[in-house]
Formats: sequence, C-alpha cells, structure tokens
Amino acid sequence: MPMTYFIAIILVIGVVAYFIGRQRAAMHTGGAVKQHSRPHYHAWWAFLLATMPALLLLIVWSVGSSVYLERHVEAQLPPHTAESAVPNRSLELGLVRSLANGLRRLDAATLDKLPATFAELQPLLVAKGVALAPDTQDYMIPIAVETNRASDSLRLTGGILGLILSLAGAALAIRGIQPRTRARNNVERIVLWALLGSSTIAILTTVGIVLSMLFETFHFFAAVPLTNFFFGIVWDPRFAAAGAGASAGQFGLIPLLAGTLYIALVALLVAVPIGLLSAVYMAEYASRRVRSIVKPTLELLAGIPTIVYGIFALVTLGPFLRDLSAALTGGTPFIQAQSIFTAGLVMGIMLIPVVSSLSDDIITAVPRAMRDGSLGLGATRSETIKRVILPAALPGIVGAILLTASRAIGETMIVVLAAGVAANLTLNPFEAMTTITVKIVNQLTGDLEFNSPQTLVAFALGITLFVVTLIMNIVALYIVRKYREQYE
Amino acid sequence: MTAATLGTLPVAKAPPRRDIGLKRRYAAETRFRWYGRVAISVGIIFLAVMLVSIVSKGYTSFFQTSVLLPITFDAKVIDPQDKRATDPNVLITANYPNLARDALAAKLGISPDDKPQMAALKGFLSEGVRTQLRDMVVADPSIIGTTRDVWVLTSANVDSAYKGQIDLTVAETNRKVSDRQVAFITKLRDEGALTGKFNTGLFVNGASSRPEMAGMGVAIIGSFYMMLIVLLLALPIGVAASIYLEEFAKKTRLTDIIEVNINNLAAVPSIVFGLLGLAVFINFLGMPRSAALVGGLVLTLMTLPTIIIATRAALAAVPPSIRSAALGLGASKTQAVFQHVLPLATPGILTGTIIGLARALGETAPLLLIGMVAFVADYPATPLDPATALPVQIYMWANEAERAFVERMSGAIIILLVFLMVMNITAIVLRRRFERRW
Repeated sequence: MPMTYFIAIILVIGVVAYFIGRQRAAMHTGGAVKQHSRPHYHAWWAFLLATMPALLLLIVWSVGSSVYLERHVEAQLPPHTAESAVPNRSLELGLVRSLANGLRRLDAATLDKLPATFAELQPLLVAKGVALAPDTQDYMIPIAVETNRASDSLRLTGGILGLILSLAGAALAIRGIQPRTRARNNVERIVLWALLGSSTIAILTTVGIVLSMLFETFHFFAAVPLTNFFFGIVWDPRFAAAGAGASAGQFGLIPLLAGTLYIALVALLVAVPIGLLSAVYMAEYASRRVRSIVKPTLELLAGIPTIVYGIFALVTLGPFLRDLSAALTGGTPFIQAQSIFTAGLVMGIMLIPVVSSLSDDIITAVPRAMRDGSLGLGATRSETIKRVILPAALPGIVGAILLTASRAIGETMIVVLAAGVAANLTLNPFEAMTTITVKIVNQLTGDLEFNSPQTLVAFALGITLFVVTLIMNIVALYIVRKYREQYE
Repeated sequence: MTAATLGTLPVAKAPPRRDIGLKRRYAAETRFRWYGRVAISVGIIFLAVMLVSIVSKGYTSFFQTSVLLPITFDAKVIDPQDKRATDPNVLITANYPNLARDALAAKLGISPDDKPQMAALKGFLSEGVRTQLRDMVVADPSIIGTTRDVWVLTSANVDSAYKGQIDLTVAETNRKVSDRQVAFITKLRDEGALTGKFNTGLFVNGASSRPEMAGMGVAIIGSFYMMLIVLLLALPIGVAASIYLEEFAKKTRLTDIIEVNINNLAAVPSIVFGLLGLAVFINFLGMPRSAALVGGLVLTLMTLPTIIIATRAALAAVPPSIRSAALGLGASKTQAVFQHVLPLATPGILTGTIIGLARALGETAPLLLIGMVAFVADYPATPLDPATALPVQIYMWANEAERAFVERMSGAIIILLVFLMVMNITAIVLRRRFERRW
C-alpha cells in the first residue's frame, strides 16, 4: 500500500475529528460554564492533533527507512574490488535501486519465478516499459527482490503506526473538549509557529544557495587548482576530452569576467544617462498628463521578459547593425552580428526603467525646501536640477547605479542570445565576448555526466556571480537606506 | 561753470544691463529639456521598434497554409493484401502520404506518369499528413473506399512561399521552393483550394522537428503547471512570512537577518536559482529532470521575495486603528490579523502576486539549467512528466536553423506577451478598483 493512501486516510481521520470536535464543543454552548473557545477552534485543534503528529511521523519514518534500506543493500553487496564490474559504489547502489523499482512493475506471477540472470530478466522488464542500464549485474537481482520486500514491510509498519498515532491524537483532542479548554490558544500557537516557519524559508533559500554551490565548487577545486580558475586567462573547457583525465581543459575566469564587466559597462553607458534624464524630466518638467501616459509606457519595458530582448538582438538588431556597418565601410562589416555592443545596447534599454524608477524615488525624496531655495535665488530649473538636486541625490543615485549594475551582471538571456559563446579577451566593442552567465548555461545544458569539471565549473562560476552581485546589492541597499534617512 | 558742466553732463541714461548670461542660461535650460525629451523618446521608440518587429514577423504564424484535397481512401493503397480484419497494424503502417500525393496530383491535373511534375509534388505537403489521415482511418475504418474532402497542411516551405516570405527572384536552385511548386501554389490558390487557415496547431501541438507541425501545447501546459505550483506555494508561504514579519515579529536579530535576506534574495540573479534547483532538487533530492514540478519550485523560491515585499507593503498600509479596534472588542491578536487586517490588505497582496507570477512566467534562465530544454512531443499528464515552458520554447525555436521556426518563435512571443499583458492589466485593474486610501 503506497504512502499516499496512508496520508489520505490520516487526512480523512482529521476531517472526521474536526466534525466530531465541532459537535462536541457545540453541545457545551449555552451551558452553565462559559466556553473559553468557540467550537470551531476545538474542531481545528482536533484536526491538527489528529494529522500533524501522524504526518510528521510518516515523514521521519520514510526518511529513516530509506537510509536504513541503503545501508541494508550496501551490506549485502559483495565487497568492492578493483575488478568489480561496476566502477564505484554509488553507481552500484543506483543500479540496484532502479532494478528494484523496475521489478515493482512486474506482476506477481512473474515475480514468483524470476529468472536468475539479467539477460533473461531484461526483456520482461522492457515489455513493461522499464529500461535499465546494461551493466546491471546478476547478483543484484536477489538483492533487489529482498530490498523490495523489506521496504514493503517497513512502509506497512510505518503507515500503521501513523494511523494509530492519528487516531490517538484525535481521541485525545476530542476527549479533552471541555468548556474551559483553551483550544484557541493552542491553535493560535501552532499558527504562529507556521508563520515563523514560513518566514525562515527565505533564510533556508539563501543557505541552500550558498551550501549547494559551495559543495559543488569544492568538488571542482579538487580537480582544478584555485589559481588556475581565478587567474587563468584561457577558457577552454575541452568538452571533447571530458572524462579523459589527462587533459582536463583550462578554466580561466578572467575572459568571462572581462566580458561580463564590459557588457555591463556598455549597458550602463546606455541605461544611466537615458534613465536618469527621463526620470528627471518626468519628475521636474512633464505635465501630469504626459507623465500619466509616458511613465507606464516606459515601465512596459520592465515587464517584457528578457528572452524577448535577447531575440530582438539576435534576429533583428544584430543583423541590422552588421549590415549597417557593412554598408558604411562598403563591404566588410566591422560590427559582428553577435557583439558586446549589440548585447550591451539591448541590455541598456532593458535597464532604463530600472534606473528611472529607482532615481525617480530618490529625486522626489529631495526636500521641497532645497528646490524652492534654489529657484528663489534665481536659478533656472535645469540649474536647480544640476547643482542642487542631483548633488543632493548623488549617494542615492550611486546606489541605484550599483543595483542596476548587479542586474546587468546577472542578466542571462540577452547575453546568451546576443553576446556570443567564444571566450575572447578583446577591447573592441564590436566583437563577440562571452560572460559568466552564458558559460553557466553552456556548461549545464550539454549531455555531460555531472561529476566532470566541465559541469562543476558552472557552480564555481555561479558562486562567483552570487558573491559579486551580493556585495553590490548590500553596498547599494546600505547607501540607499542611509541616504533616505538623511532627510527624514 | 556749473551750468556748463551741467550742460555737458550726460543725461542719466539707463545703465546697460549687466550681462549675467541669461541668454546662455536659458539656452542651456532649453537644451536640458530636450535631453530629457530625447531620452524618453529613445526608450519609447525602442519599445515600439521591438514590438513592431516582433509582431510583423510573427502575426503570419497564426495562419498556416492548408490545401483542401478530395482524398480517396483507396483500399488498394491502404491495405493492398486485404489483411486489416486480422492485423490491426496494417492501418497504422499504411502508406498514407501516397493517398494525399495522389489526391494532390489529381487536383492539379497531373498524370502519374509525368515524372518531373510528380517529383515536384514531393515536399509540397506536410509530413503530418501521415498521422492526420491515419487517425481518421483508425477512428473510422469504414471510410476506406470513400472520398472525403480533407484540409491538409502544406510543408513549411510552401507555407512561406504562399505568405510571400521567400524571395522568388533568387535563382531556383538557391531557394527551397521550385518554380513548379510556385506554379502549383498559384493554381491552387486561384481555385480557392489553398488558403491560410487559423493555426490551431500552434496552440495545441507538441514539439516537432517540422516547423509546420510544431506547436507550443506542451509549453503552455508546462507553464500552466508551473504557475499553479508557484501560486499554491508562493502565495501562502509569502503571505504567512509577511504576516509574521509585519505583525508578530519583535525586532530581534533573527528578524533582522530575515529582512536583509529577503531584500537580497530579490536581487539575486535568476540563474543562481537555477543552479540551486539543479543541485538541491535534482541532484540531492532526486526529483526528475525537465519536470514542471522542479521548475515550479525554483520559480517559487524566485518569486517569494517579490510577494513578501508586496504583501508587507500592503499590510503596513492598513491603519493601526483597525487593529486597535479589533483588539479593543476582545479579538485575539491572531483574530485581529486574520479577520480584519488581512482582508483589507488582500487587493495589494493579489496585485503583488500577479506581478510576481508575470515575472515568473517570462523567466527563462533558471529553467534552462534544470533541463527544461527538452524535445517533448507528448502532453505532460502530471507535473512530474517532462515538459517545457513558454519562454524556453521560444528559446529553443530561436536556436533552430530553419526560417519557418523564426515565424513560429515570433508568434510564440506574441502569445507570451499577450499572457503577460492580461496579467498586468488584471493587476492594474485590481489596484484601481479595490485600493483604499486611508
């Protein structure tokens, strides 16, 4: 009986307990003693007591039993030697596991007279739509059968224990229903814990990001020295040689980092002046009507998915710029279809609304009195903006630019489609360069096995990206927050 | 002397105005205004160019060229040995493309002996005709021997030629449609048998290596599953977290850390979430690759900060008097929050959620890393089956070489943008309709 049945039964017990609890509690209303909690709190308490401990037990039980089964299988396997047919233990365990899963598809009659060799077994499994790795060994078959039996009985025991616990919880809650029972406080305490638990998910996510990437990065640095990664100037992962230990390829971060920063720089050169000027115009000059039309229109740019920008760069803008440059020089194009310039330009346009909405907040936060003082002394509006408002807003704007830069560095789809894949070190903005994010995508969308440095390098790149953007964000948020307090 | 002096004294002329550079300053002022206008126009022009270029490339994909053929389901072709009563495989493996080819030849008045003309028919109809006719026959074997009018898809090249996307001035050997085929197209079009029909296949078909049969049905379902998962997980968790932080949490170290964390998570590059999904959900927890479930979980983690920030703003906007009134009437803190504050904050929460969902719907990068770049032809029955997502489908079509895929891709972008627009407009309407100023 699968676990889901037990879970369903426990939930049904919970619902039944809810209604019985409600009934019981309702009997007390209007009695001599005033009830502490309304009936539905008693009902919820009964539901919670009937389901929560039981479900918790089932989770712990299934985790525990899978760990136990792993040990159990490992103990049965023949000792691992250099001549073993399967190169390592974890692969061997995986084979047994998938064999055991495959055997579950067979019907009881076949299981009773199971062939002893894998060669005979395989067609039976294929007939049921189970494809297994060819290096499954004969000695694994009895182990798999035994494992299935053990796991069945473990699951049955766990399920029955869960049901007993659930019934006991329900009985406890229902018996405890008295006018003075503080059911509401009990329920509210659990609600509070649930709320607290939800808010820690944010922390868990960060911890998960850091730990998972660190873990894989350590694996990577076991194969490639630290200095080769951080100071290497050649990126040549040698996909073809993956697996052949001799030539692991070169994983130099520098060309990728240079490409990332170069493209981000071009993007900022586009986004910052345009975004800042439009924010200033919108805040200081535009009439109400113009603002009510233009502002949402510009914000549309922020709502368009980045893949659409990337495709525009790839399909329309890149070829257009290439043809344009070919027409200018009369023959050979000096702008490549995939180039730093194209990617940076498109990314810059994408970032315009980011810059403008952030700087809009900052500009409007400059106190009225400073503006009026400057205008009262006879400065024109543009002088007020240039000499009073922008200097006063400068720290905030720097923060906004930092936040924008961190977006530009972490942006993926535009550069994947528009920047190119070749890791160059060049200063010419019209050539193709590649970025960290492009390489993360490239290394992980192939068909490589997971443990080669060729794929693990993606995690090293990822954690580099994470740390760089994290530092930028923290500095930016610090500046923005500090600046905001200045005038309050 | 005095008189003379007086006489020679200059008449008190108005002193010339000191030049304080007003002209220059006003010019600078005008220039500055123009900078602003130019900046705004650059943004808007770019937006317009981008949308126009996508729509002009993509609107044709909503129509797919089909041809109306009177197809004779000839028993001699389908079942030459007359074994279909005993062997059901006959109907499945029969040579259906020949039926369609013969019908086309008859329609064009080409005799089967005219070898060059018959050769030109090759590649005129879509390969999909095989499954189309097979499904008809398998569903109703009694049509064997009869003649039915059937709309059959043409191949992608013929489709492009009909839509005028192939430059016919290029030498015949350098283009994908021969002069004979162009003549067929003209003839059939003039007879009214060849026309662009609304392309339902674009919305319902799965992946295909042939552009005329490729659709985004699987991607739409995959995206739908993911949005469902994001909604079911991110909304309750996000709201619960916000309620805790905004209403219950005391200012402690822990809550401080949580706050900083959420703000930072909102700015973490989305691709990092993809790495997290790959390492934790797929490698550590052993969830299936390419599954909508993993995609949904990754997008949930990515959307949570957006929802939490929006919800906290909505909760903070509810005036304290509401809470005080509820508490004063004897409600517990939990009752005050859940029965009074939360309902009032709902419009703001929903707006934030929809905007978060819209961002998640357009997100591509993390999905690439968890194997959603997959050739999936069958509908995913559950979120655990392999699926793709709308933006990933667009990315995959962008990497295809054939130009007919560019048209599909642009069509897919239009559909994605329409979905996003609907979501954003809903959010705006919700905000306008229900937002209360206190």
